[in-house]
Amino acid sequence: MSIRHGLLALLERGPRYGSQLRTEFESRTGSTWPLNVGQVYTTLSRLERDGMVVQDGEDDQGHALYSITDGGRAELRSWFETPVDRSNPPRDELAIKLAMAVGAPGVDIRAVIQSQRHHTVKAMQDYTRLKAQALADVPANRDEVAWLLVLEQLIFQAEAEARWLDHCESRLVRLAEAAATDPEPETRTTSRAPARTPARPRPRR
Amino acid sequence: MSSHVPSASPSPTPRLSAAPLPVDAPVLELRDLTRTHGTGIAEVHALRGINLSVHTGELVAVMGPSGSGKSTLLTLAGGLDTASSGQVVIEGQDISTLGRKGVAALRRRSVGYVFQDYNLIPALTAAENIALPRELDGVSVRKARKEARAALEEMDLLQIADRFPDEMSGGQQQRVAIARALVGDRRLVLADEPTGALDSETGEAVLALLRNRCDQGAAGVMVTHEPRYAAWADRVVFLRDGSIVDQTLSTAADSLLAVEGAE
Repeated sequence: MSIRHGLLALLERGPRYGSQLRTEFESRTGSTWPLNVGQVYTTLSRLERDGMVVQDGEDDQGHALYSITDGGRAELRSWFETPVDRSNPPRDELAIKLAMAVGAPGVDIRAVIQSQRHHTVKAMQDYTRLKAQALADVPANRDEVAWLLVLEQLIFQAEAEARWLDHCESRLVRLAEAAATDPEPETRTTSRAPARTPARPRPRR
Repeated sequence: MSSHVPSASPSPTPRLSAAPLPVDAPVLELRDLTRTHGTGIAEVHALRGINLSVHTGELVAVMGPSGSGKSTLLTLAGGLDTASSGQVVIEGQDISTLGRKGVAALRRRSVGYVFQDYNLIPALTAAENIALPRELDGVSVRKARKEARAALEEMDLLQIADRFPDEMSGGQQQRVAIARALVGDRRLVLADEPTGALDSETGEAVLALLRNRCDQGAAGVMVTHEPRYAAWADRVVFLRDGSIVDQTLSTAADSLLAVEGAE
């Protein structure tokens, strides 16, 4: 998650101080990814070091204000214009768990799948209830619109996971049925390699 | 990444007027319901000992892989098929004690169906489609049409009251089907893949309407294979090989039960 670019986007709307940035970041994302104020100030000082923000006086209450620089604006534009990198997927605990569960002694992989499906669908029910509440009144400002988009992202992501779990289960059932009905394979003298090995995404370390 | 989403708080909602039913009595109850097809070596267990209660205000989604028994469950719940053993109780009445005519009358009076392909009668307008079950129930044409228009108005659909099905979009047809399913005193709606033929946004609008009808006092059971639509339900029941293997409650339903349990 790019706190750095999130703060630059908020600063483009005018000078702000640290805790104000934290509040606005959280309103925009419905507190889905809470920030602590220490993270905000650490990020601001790095942005300042990199010439993307400058300290810009104080407000009436004595809060130190930060402003975006031209360098910061260029960085922000570039962030909006560049797709989020998907070639190095972050480690996914569920994918790793299922990969490890295949053939693991004493592990009922269908139970592992159902337990996760239960959790994922329940999360979707909660997100959907929040979404229904958010839609009950037409979103009135950009924070409400942004929160709706974030909620829908959570729903779509959970849906993808639920669908993948369904797929895993039916794949495993089909493979088990095939194994039960196929004749014993003959002993091969050489291992059979797949005709073509597709490139796999490199996991992020 | 930590996920910190505020929990939804349930709010009291007004209920539709309906025939009196003991407080907390389920609108639909399936007791140890079993359905087998064929005999001997060809015997297939479509459902095995299903127990499920659906109360007023509740929307239950039924999910499961193909052949898990979802549609059989819905067909039995609506009295369209007969169980091999067990009971289907609708609004307190065990339908196995009613005989064919009695079941037909109970279905007409108490149960509404929503199908993937809408099943509206092409020669009737939206209002006439909604009025038809009431007219069949002996309500005067005038009164039934008035009720139908009121139902359409409540759902913001009055503008399509005089349209025929082929003059409506899929989403409009399905919304009319939901209105028809719940016209009069009917409180139980059984929906089989109600969003199957709709695009994502329209499907969601249909689900929002079904959700709203349940919040207003109906009880619903919906079969779906789409997790995004199942998530509109208070409870998601998972079927596998004819048995319920798991179910989830939403956090709101969880907290409602916690409050009830504390009383």
